[in-house]
Amino acid sequence: MDLLANLALGFSTALEPINLLYCFIGVFLGTLIGVLPGIGPTATIAMLLPITYALSPATSIIMLAGIYYGAQYGGSTTAILINLPGESSSAVTAIDGYRMAQQGRAGPALATAALSSFFAGTVATMLLATLAPPLARVALKFGPAEYFSLMVLGLVCSIVLAHGSILKALAMIVLGLLLGLVGRDIYTGDERYTFGFLELADGINFVAVAVGVFGIAEILRNLENETDRAPIIKKVSGLMPTRADLGAIIAPVLRGTALGSILGILPGGGAVLSAFAAYSLEKKLSRNPERFGKGAIEGVAAPEAANNAGAQTSFIPLLTLGIPANPVMALMIGALMIKNVIPGPDVATEQPALFWGVIASMWIGNLMLVLLNLPLIGLWVRLLTIPYYMLFPAIAAFCAIGVYSINGNPFDLYAVAAFGLLGYVLIKLGCEPAPLLLGFVLGPLLEENLRRAMIISRGNATVFFTRPLSGALMFLAVCVLALLLLPGISRKRQQVFQDE
Amino acid sequence: MPSFNVRDMAAGGVFAAIGLAFMAGALTLDIGTAFKMGPGYFPLVLSSLLLLLGLVVMAKSVNMPAEVIGSVPWRGLVLILAAPVIFGATVRGLGLLIALPLAVIAAASASRRTGVVTAIALVVGLTLFCVLVFSYGLGLPLPLLGRWLRF
Repeated sequence: MDLLANLALGFSTALEPINLLYCFIGVFLGTLIGVLPGIGPTATIAMLLPITYALSPATSIIMLAGIYYGAQYGGSTTAILINLPGESSSAVTAIDGYRMAQQGRAGPALATAALSSFFAGTVATMLLATLAPPLARVALKFGPAEYFSLMVLGLVCSIVLAHGSILKALAMIVLGLLLGLVGRDIYTGDERYTFGFLELADGINFVAVAVGVFGIAEILRNLENETDRAPIIKKVSGLMPTRADLGAIIAPVLRGTALGSILGILPGGGAVLSAFAAYSLEKKLSRNPERFGKGAIEGVAAPEAANNAGAQTSFIPLLTLGIPANPVMALMIGALMIKNVIPGPDVATEQPALFWGVIASMWIGNLMLVLLNLPLIGLWVRLLTIPYYMLFPAIAAFCAIGVYSINGNPFDLYAVAAFGLLGYVLIKLGCEPAPLLLGFVLGPLLEENLRRAMIISRGNATVFFTRPLSGALMFLAVCVLALLLLPGISRKRQQVFQDE
Repeated sequence: MPSFNVRDMAAGGVFAAIGLAFMAGALTLDIGTAFKMGPGYFPLVLSSLLLLLGLVVMAKSVNMPAEVIGSVPWRGLVLILAAPVIFGATVRGLGLLIALPLAVIAAASASRRTGVVTAIALVVGLTLFCVLVFSYGLGLPLPLLGRWLRF
């Protein structure tokens, strides 16, 4: 009964005209940037953060969330039509979706992607509504030691997201943590690494870091090989999947939704990991796995369901614990903090309209996306013909205005350039920027909880392992790290064997 | 001739160097004890870890097959990084109406494909769009003309 009353409150918030409007703007923008390669949801949300100043906390999170899951929809459109995933989470969809399009089945592929996403979004929203309040109650029992262990687990999990070397990803996390410590020490007020710059006393501006490593560095990476994209798109006709198609996708969608929901909850998880995991699961379960990669409709349905479910449930750690599962959630924290709402277990009880309104808006937003994406497919396709050289000056301009409007301080723009350069150099050296950003956000929180836990335990470091909840989280973190390192070893071996 | 993976060697080097720099900074701060940690304690732990990880990445790059780092778009690099700096340096003095076109010109010239006509169209279009949307539409506090131009 509680759930129904809460959902009713949520829908009444989400259906307010202003929230509906911003939800629409969010999913529309999200689809747009999902379609356009070269700009992702992280950079977009960072750029638009200043816009949310004028909005209420609920409205701004509703819009920003819309951008995030809207991008998942848009990314799959380009993945299917031109084999160019607009978002990394759609990379898997491109494998079979593009093949389907080549076989003249672009319509059913697009419809499958949209419907699977919608179904998964609905289930994940319900899951969020059911799971979040009890989790928030558990979180209220969290002490500093538990928070510390949970963040360690989250950081370790974020390595899964990074491509390539595990060691490099670890180093990126540590670098991010260190950068997060710049500024005045919370206990003593000593200035750390500020070099006398007053602007650094409150730390490096998070938005400047995010825009630098995700916006500017990404432009630089795209400038490396400027080739004309020649989208050869045949007319998309016959949207609806056949009865046989529908029969084939039901089970994969269900499995994809379940897998995505679970992986999304894990800090460090989210859409990308879910999509990859769901695809390999379907391939393994399939009676004839050789069809995968050649236009199997299950290869579109499962990852699309999983990435959307993962995108929704990654709000659970944010709304219940105040811990971001990925860089996008870190930006959401930023947006809430601007409004003096401290994300954490108290949000559900102290700001019920915000909490439930955001959850309800996700379902409404998903519905809008289905309505927006299928009929408007022609518009999105035409957008793809905009050449990149016309796009990136606009991205650069929005980045500049967005970052400047946060504090009205030119210093933040110099930081954007510095982090753009650092991000680009690190990308060039094979280091993914996502773990760095996550470390950056968690750095101060991690230190604060570590110091508090150590004071409480009188300097006894075993507290992280002896307290049951904290110990379990630490144990999980160690397991994940061990699992990560094992295939790493085997991969290295393979490389050596190939050389011989 | 010992072969090593340039990419990993450089990445490890960057991490180790940054680790060292942060370590030097941490040592100037009060370290404290595990019980009562000073401002330098956590940075010292992290910077040591970063230095260690950097060294391990470097060590593992030896005798690994070389990877191609790929070309660097130098012109684009300089001009794209210049765009936010130019905007930052001039937005207070000259205002949005001049700072934004300057930044867009820098960014647009980053690509060799952008012709003069396209560049002009971009400058005019983006400036109009941003003034309308950000200044008027959203009411962000961005002065159209800066203090250097007010008499």
